[in-house]
Amino acid sequence: MNFDLTEDRQMLADSLRRYLNDKYPIEHRNKVAYEAPFHDDAKWAELTELGALYALAPEAAGGMGGAGFDIAVVFEELGRALCPEPVLGALMASRILTAAGADQEALLSGATKYAVGLGELDAPYDLSEMSTVAKGGKLSGRKSVVYGGQAADVLLIAARDGDSLSVYAVQAADASITGYGMMDGAGAAEVVLEETPGELVLANADAAIADAVNAGIVGLCSEAVGAMEVLHKMTVEYLGQRKQFGRTIGTFQALQHRAVDMLTEIVQSRSIVIKAASELGGPDAARYCSMAKNLIGRAGRLVAEEAIQMHGGIAMTWEYPGSHYAKRIIMIDAQLGDTDYHLMQVAAA
Amino acid sequence: MDLSFTPEEEAFRQEVRDFFAENLPNDIRNVVKNGGELTKDHMVRYHAILNKNGWLATTWPEEYGGPGWGPVEKHIFDEESCAAYAPRIVPFGLSMLGPVLQKFGSQEQKDYYLPRILNGDDWWCQGYSEPGAGSDLASLKTKAERDGDEWVINGQKTWTTLGQHADWIFCLVRTNPDVKQQEGISFILVDMKTPGVEVRPIKLIEGGHEVNEVFFTDVRVPLKNLVGEENKGWTIAKYLLTHERTGIAGVGFSMLELEEVKELARTVIRNGKPLLQDPLFAARVAQAEIDLEAMKLTNLRMLFTAQKQGAPGPETSILKIKGTVINQELKDLRRRALGPAAAPFPGSFKDSNLDVAPQGHANNAARYFNNRKTSIFGGSNEIQRNILTKTMLGL
Repeated sequence: MNFDLTEDRQMLADSLRRYLNDKYPIEHRNKVAYEAPFHDDAKWAELTELGALYALAPEAAGGMGGAGFDIAVVFEELGRALCPEPVLGALMASRILTAAGADQEALLSGATKYAVGLGELDAPYDLSEMSTVAKGGKLSGRKSVVYGGQAADVLLIAARDGDSLSVYAVQAADASITGYGMMDGAGAAEVVLEETPGELVLANADAAIADAVNAGIVGLCSEAVGAMEVLHKMTVEYLGQRKQFGRTIGTFQALQHRAVDMLTEIVQSRSIVIKAASELGGPDAARYCSMAKNLIGRAGRLVAEEAIQMHGGIAMTWEYPGSHYAKRIIMIDAQLGDTDYHLMQVAAA
Repeated sequence: MDLSFTPEEEAFRQEVRDFFAENLPNDIRNVVKNGGELTKDHMVRYHAILNKNGWLATTWPEEYGGPGWGPVEKHIFDEESCAAYAPRIVPFGLSMLGPVLQKFGSQEQKDYYLPRILNGDDWWCQGYSEPGAGSDLASLKTKAERDGDEWVINGQKTWTTLGQHADWIFCLVRTNPDVKQQEGISFILVDMKTPGVEVRPIKLIEGGHEVNEVFFTDVRVPLKNLVGEENKGWTIAKYLLTHERTGIAGVGFSMLELEEVKELARTVIRNGKPLLQDPLFAARVAQAEIDLEAMKLTNLRMLFTAQKQGAPGPETSILKIKGTVINQELKDLRRRALGPAAAPFPGSFKDSNLDVAPQGHANNAARYFNNRKTSIFGGSNEIQRNILTKTMLGL
């Protein structure tokens, strides 16, 4: 039993944290996150140089990591900085390309940006309800709220292909892509496919897609833990500074206990992410990832809402950084299956 | 990051599992499984069985007759004893007074009391809380005054768990009323047979007799029954509390409870189907299971820290808060699963075969009500939040 990070992972975490602190401060982040194209090409290249993407893939696929804990380390740092870059798409695409045995140097080097289109308007989470179809190498359907889709060069699209799902690579230029910004920053796109040509990446891809979703969940949950820790720290600092009734509001027990409850849920969140990360790639991955996504959905809502409430009016402003953390933490729940969806996955097992 | 146990630890787990399979008497196991009341005889026999194997004083170092386990072995033992439906070891002598004497006691006290605890010669109880001193323990009023070579004790203790069986009680008493509250408290040992000690039972919410009031009227004990220095009892009290906090998450008990809930919900029929197929009930169970799964990891993470630093940190208060809340939720599900069949008073069907609850579940409502105590005792969950506010938030 050992809960310390390996030296390599600790170094990666440290260098990402330093870089994001220096080069992606909240002012810059907000500028990128809320203005088209919701992505910063120069910073993307620098993040890639630091190894943020290579860490997501195993050595056999040309990467330098690929384990659950590698993913967790990268995304926790992205979460701490609220980094809006489309790393999630890269991670999920990399999992599928690895399963397909396809070359992914262009992805890992950051030269080609990927997004993964799974969810649809009427089936955002449940892949068995997917209606996009593939016929003779042409795709028809609509992928909805594709994170990173506004900036992607290549989209990996999951489509019904006979009795199973296949994944096709679609060049952004070949599809009808409508990009937009998000309430919590960063961008996404509606991807409309009408007999759109795609290159088959992987047939019988159900297991590979499930693995990509699990990896994405480990990433999102780690991102949430990083963001929650920062927001909690901001809240506790605020409680120690803000004065009302002639004393700092952190001396009021009603607020102290709620700040402790936030901490408790963050500790529990980190625990369940560790478990999910350790199981990634194994037979029980889906179950533990569902557990993580459910618990973090609940914890995230508590932390974000309580942080806003305890800050008072200041956290209702655009100017205060905490409000952007709260938004991201809340909206993570809507990605790759929300609290209720994953609760039912665990209940049905 | 490595969540697995070492091969040595796994071998130890197997050894503990085998031990319980071979040595835990069936009658004791059944009382635990059915949520019944354990008698003094059950506990004395159980302690003797563990002691014979050198496993009774799980937190003691070897020099005092403990097994010399680290936090991980202790954790494995706790998990396996829960899984075997073994009773909880009565903590007052073994995990409270024992460590206190080892750290603060005189050589004479160690030599006399420690072997007697191990051998079951003395049953100890804890004299801490008073009617006016619960969470605010330092405001306690029971006083001890020097008179010649004796202490004279007057006052009242309460919530004295299993005091009805006890031979001895360790007490926090006020020995100096004129200084700051915490600086006038001493830790004194009292033989329950001393004239002036009177034990009165308190009937608990579910009807059980677990706790007592203990009255002291001019109780005279030798000066040498003082542990540590006079007026330094608060330091001892705090030391004892940190010991009380290890294993406090009760993860093993909750894991067992979860299995019981699921098994019950597979048996109970609602709307023509097993209750566990009801999506709402299944979701409630799933949510408790998720919280427990995270708790297991939180517990292991803190064990790892304790092992590395040699002592559990202040964040163990998180284990107390979350561990009790999860266990209470499971007890609630277990009660609720039975519907109206949870309501008949335990024992209502001893003269008939019309039992409404499945075997082992007749006490589910009693267990639910009794278990509300866990978020109150051992430092209430609110006190734990106060501790965390200071230690972890710095507010």
